[in-house]
Amino acid sequence: MNDAAPMGELVSVPMLLARNAATRGDHAAYREKEFGIWQSWTWAEAAQEIEALALGLINLGVSAGDHIAIIGRNRPSLYWSMVAVQMTGCVPVPLYQDAAAEEIAYAIGNSGARFAIVGDQEQVDKITDVREDIPALEYLIYVDGQGLRKYDHTKMSAFAAVQADGRENGDKAELAARIASLTYDSTCVMLYTSGTTGRPKGVVLSNRNVIETARNTSEFDTLSAGEETLAYLPMAWVGDFIFSVGQAYWAGFCVNCPESAETMNTDLREIGPTYFFAPPAIFESYLTHVMIRMEDAGRFKRSMFKYFMDHAKTVGPAILDGEKVGGMDRLKYFLGNLFVYGPLRNRLGMSRVRIGYTAGEAIGPELFDFYRSLGINLKQLYGQTEATVFITQQPDGQVRSDTVGVPSPGVELKITDDGEVLYRSPGTFVEYFQNPESTASTKDAEGWVATGDAGFIDKKSGHLRIIDRIKDVAKMSDGAMFAPKYVENKLKFYPNILEAVVFGAGRDRCCAFINIDLTAVGNWAERNNIAYSSYQEISQHPLVLDMIQDHVDAVNQSVAQDELLAGCQIHRFLVLHKELDADDGEMTRTRKVRRAVVGEKFKDLVDALYDGSESIYTETEVTYEDGRKGKIAATLKIRDAKVTAQSSQQVAAQ
Amino acid sequence: MNATADSYVTEDGRTIGGVLMDMRNITLRFGGVEAIKNISFDIREGEIRAIIGPNGAGKSSMLNVISGFYNPQEGEVFFRGERRPQMKPYQVARMGIARTFQNIALFEGMTVLDNIMTGRLNHMKAGLFRQAIWKGAAEREEIENRAHVERVIDFLEIQAIRKTPVGRLPYGLKKRVELARALAADPKLLLLDEPMAGMNVEEKEDMSRFILDVNDQFGTTIALIEHDMGVVMDLSDRVVVMDYGRKIGDGSPDEVRTNQEVIDAYLGVAHD
Repeated sequence: MNDAAPMGELVSVPMLLARNAATRGDHAAYREKEFGIWQSWTWAEAAQEIEALALGLINLGVSAGDHIAIIGRNRPSLYWSMVAVQMTGCVPVPLYQDAAAEEIAYAIGNSGARFAIVGDQEQVDKITDVREDIPALEYLIYVDGQGLRKYDHTKMSAFAAVQADGRENGDKAELAARIASLTYDSTCVMLYTSGTTGRPKGVVLSNRNVIETARNTSEFDTLSAGEETLAYLPMAWVGDFIFSVGQAYWAGFCVNCPESAETMNTDLREIGPTYFFAPPAIFESYLTHVMIRMEDAGRFKRSMFKYFMDHAKTVGPAILDGEKVGGMDRLKYFLGNLFVYGPLRNRLGMSRVRIGYTAGEAIGPELFDFYRSLGINLKQLYGQTEATVFITQQPDGQVRSDTVGVPSPGVELKITDDGEVLYRSPGTFVEYFQNPESTASTKDAEGWVATGDAGFIDKKSGHLRIIDRIKDVAKMSDGAMFAPKYVENKLKFYPNILEAVVFGAGRDRCCAFINIDLTAVGNWAERNNIAYSSYQEISQHPLVLDMIQDHVDAVNQSVAQDELLAGCQIHRFLVLHKELDADDGEMTRTRKVRRAVVGEKFKDLVDALYDGSESIYTETEVTYEDGRKGKIAATLKIRDAKVTAQSSQQVAAQ
Repeated sequence: MNATADSYVTEDGRTIGGVLMDMRNITLRFGGVEAIKNISFDIREGEIRAIIGPNGAGKSSMLNVISGFYNPQEGEVFFRGERRPQMKPYQVARMGIARTFQNIALFEGMTVLDNIMTGRLNHMKAGLFRQAIWKGAAEREEIENRAHVERVIDFLEIQAIRKTPVGRLPYGLKKRVELARALAADPKLLLLDEPMAGMNVEEKEDMSRFILDVNDQFGTTIALIEHDMGVVMDLSDRVVVMDYGRKIGDGSPDEVRTNQEVIDAYLGVAHD
């Protein structure tokens, strides 16, 4: 693995930057909406900004090999920081901007970062709170100085000031030497895993990992310099690093940063990205918005929407895959496109999407098909931080909702006898930071990495199919297969349901926790004149429970169609009195439910689901966004759901 | 302390300058009713000055005197050391005094952006005709003013509602838009009439944050009326307490808090 780089000089991200500045210097590299206008920077300008910052960092005394934390929302200045840090021979460590102070302290302490580059006052305050726990941290650099004027500036300064110092007093020879010392195997970035289990681990990715993956996957999807993307996903997430740095630098396309998290939808429409990436939760929330607005629309519009959406569901995906579709159906689809799909795509900001990806979590087939039927080329990919994202992805024209595609270029796949998916690729991570035991248990001597997911290769298509986390796939007490995610995704397709957690491993039947979606249910309550004063109250409203019960019954009916999984029908459910939240440890920062944590934390509720009681009183500790803790108490009602008859022999057995 | 014109530095490092506005022996009558009885106090440059008091104490009347909307029958108002003659409200605005209202006074049908742009009116010189043609100077002027407004929008974090009609916004946001409009005028002195009335705790915290940030970042002098005692005590440098049109206390929050007359006014006192 230590052979010289195959493409000559381009052995590091800073070198890709230099190439882009030389060959595409006057094309836009970054845009950010600020003060109501899209400000843009060409590759040449970006290179200057990055160089100035790198020079300033050297003046501040960063030494090669340091880790430098980067925390904040997606802004060009923070992307520049990633590259500038690498130029100085240091390792950028992006962290989740919504992480609590203790989580940030852990990562900074673990990485031993001496410097941190942060977005704004919020992040400065968080770090100030935990500064005693991280004595190694010496200096802060902030981008947005609002509210910081009165702070003690002996150990922090503004991003622009560091750049200005770099421009004036920078040691260019030193910087050039540091850039030249970067090799194909020097560390490009360190990312903390979201940690579905245990403490986050720092995943070390080399230039080789990032650049080869970016090259292979850019070729796979024929990404060109003309693509437009919107960078809005957490910068600490490996996906964002690969799309907004790796692929953007390799292919030379423009990365657009939204004005703020709240303006994301407007910004998306204004930019009209051609290459778009979102986890299923985002697609779900868009669908919820569309459905809410349609319910508020007039009767004519509603019936038109329903008529054409039904048609799109039957033929839309086939048309997108280039299969044969009858002339009449095509004509109807054409009309639908004119009146419904086109305007809807435009509304969603996806008119120009050439390639869209969803990943991070399994996406419900209904949700996936909804977008495909609109004519949006949404595809799935399967990956993880340790693989520099890509393990498998779907080629154009071979997209299916139940598989995650073929191995990405350069990736080898292997399924163990237990059904666990293993891979080996140029993107395979170097190591877990200062954690050789974990590295050894994850990556074997030949470079195969265990994903922890159970899956198999679909015989017909040759695509990989993921069942679930290998530790989640279990049997029920009667030996039937228990696949919670499958049922949860069906539940989550309903706009009123935000999250669902299904229990049933080792039990005789399945039960579920439901989280209502306050946006959708709140809108429904408004239209139906239902007054409520809190999330807790609306969640236990009898009419809400009725509505959720209808959804659960419908899901049961649909689950019963699948012989293998008919046992996973939900017998009893309750609606939780609080939203599952990453601050309370119930979800990861990437919004994946931690099933075990939820089951443990709400053990009293799980017990009540199985012991037949009709309601249960419970007290739950919650963490507010500022870190304070509080308690909420509630009495939750438990409902029985309608279970559709199972296959004949089991019915006889009952 | 009131009489000194020397500047001093507060504990949190802000510089409070000399007297910006001096109210001397103000008396305001409506017919036979004396709303304000012979009150004197000053507002110093860079400070946050609160006017508090029970209902009907004459706080809003006082603010209206400061803003030039009411003309007191007796007494004099000095602004930057010069006696202020009787003025029309727009003349007061040109002097660099801006305000928000107790009952929100925005244009409900207009967007947030347009509402805030109205705050720049005093900075626009082009006449109706030139604005209609729009090319040249009028265009440049609008771009300059829009840039200023955008900085205010950025400062108050209302980018997401820039193009939303004000009528569709919740109450707390409307209050913030009103503050934005007042800020857009680049005021020397900002008058806030109950900026936090009717808000929930979270909205109050946000608003307090913004008031402090405005004062800190732009050095704007702020005079505010507020009912929420906790907020007043946390925000202000000095507090004037009014009751039945009289001034019953004046000083730092701590001084005012321990003033027996103030306690009586707020808690009531037995009449025997």
